[in-house]
Amino acid sequence: MEGSIAEMGKYIGVGLTAIGMGGAAIGVGNIAGNFLAGALRNPSAAPGQTAMLFIGIAFAEALGIFSFLVALLLMFAV
Amino acid sequence: MAGENSGLVIKPMDQFQVKALFGGDVNWYTPTNVTLWMALTILAATALMVYGARGRALVPNRGQSAAEMTYGFIYKMVEDVAGKDAVRFFPHIFTLFMFVFFANILGLIPFAFTTTSHIAVTAVLALTVFFSVTALGFILHGTKFLGLFWISSAPLALRPVLALIELISYCVRPVSHSIRLAGAMMAGHAVAKVFAGFTAAMGAAFFLPILAVTALYALELLVAVIQAYVFTILTCVYLKDALHPSH
Repeated sequence: MEGSIAEMGKYIGVGLTAIGMGGAAIGVGNIAGNFLAGALRNPSAAPGQTAMLFIGIAFAEALGIFSFLVALLLMFAV
Repeated sequence: MAGENSGLVIKPMDQFQVKALFGGDVNWYTPTNVTLWMALTILAATALMVYGARGRALVPNRGQSAAEMTYGFIYKMVEDVAGKDAVRFFPHIFTLFMFVFFANILGLIPFAFTTTSHIAVTAVLALTVFFSVTALGFILHGTKFLGLFWISSAPLALRPVLALIELISYCVRPVSHSIRLAGAMMAGHAVAKVFAGFTAAMGAAFFLPILAVTALYALELLVAVIQAYVFTILTCVYLKDALHPSH
């Protein structure tokens, strides 16, 4: 057995931040699913909205990226 | 746990090490694997566009089609997302797209180095966009650019709070802009390396990880293109905010 309690807490914290990525996954899936549902209702309007789809995905994903950033900071900076 | 004799010693992050090409220490002027692959990226992008624009045939060949389609695709995206008056910034945006696109694609070659997997590289790209767009907003609109944060359609009592939130979300833009690209590229390559490590460890069932790596590789190709696209489209969104700051 090596390491200290602080180090154990660090790794537990890194694991917990992975839950935040799961939240981003829910958000991205929600956007893509709703886009698909709308696109199947009105397929002719769908191609014009793909840019909006990717912008929405990017913004939803940004919050997952912040949790990834926290994980990186915990692993390598703290 | 991976014992010392099990053969399961996987170091997925080793592929991201910056090494000097000809040995020695890494200084700012040292040619490293990063600078080598950046140079190759620029060469590849230049080669596609120069080769594509060389013939100017009425019925284009494959190279010309690829160059024209990429050009037209990005041009239309700038026009649609950022507006007609953003077209004068098209050269910069197209350069960004070609650099990120070819860096991602060339990074998929086995034993290649993915320059965009380093936050240092993507942060420079994102900060360039951030500072130039902010400066552009102030140059074009003066203090009216701050109207971006003052949402006039919201109730008056809420506006200071919203302004603070908008300001924070404006300032973390380069962070998410750069880490999205670097994180996606780094994570994908690390996962591929982990699965490749399973091939040696699984003995007779070695073909299962190979199948997994093949599927992952196809996914990585998709991710490489989509991340380049997302990086560019976000640049267009930020540019639109600078050109038309009023909500």
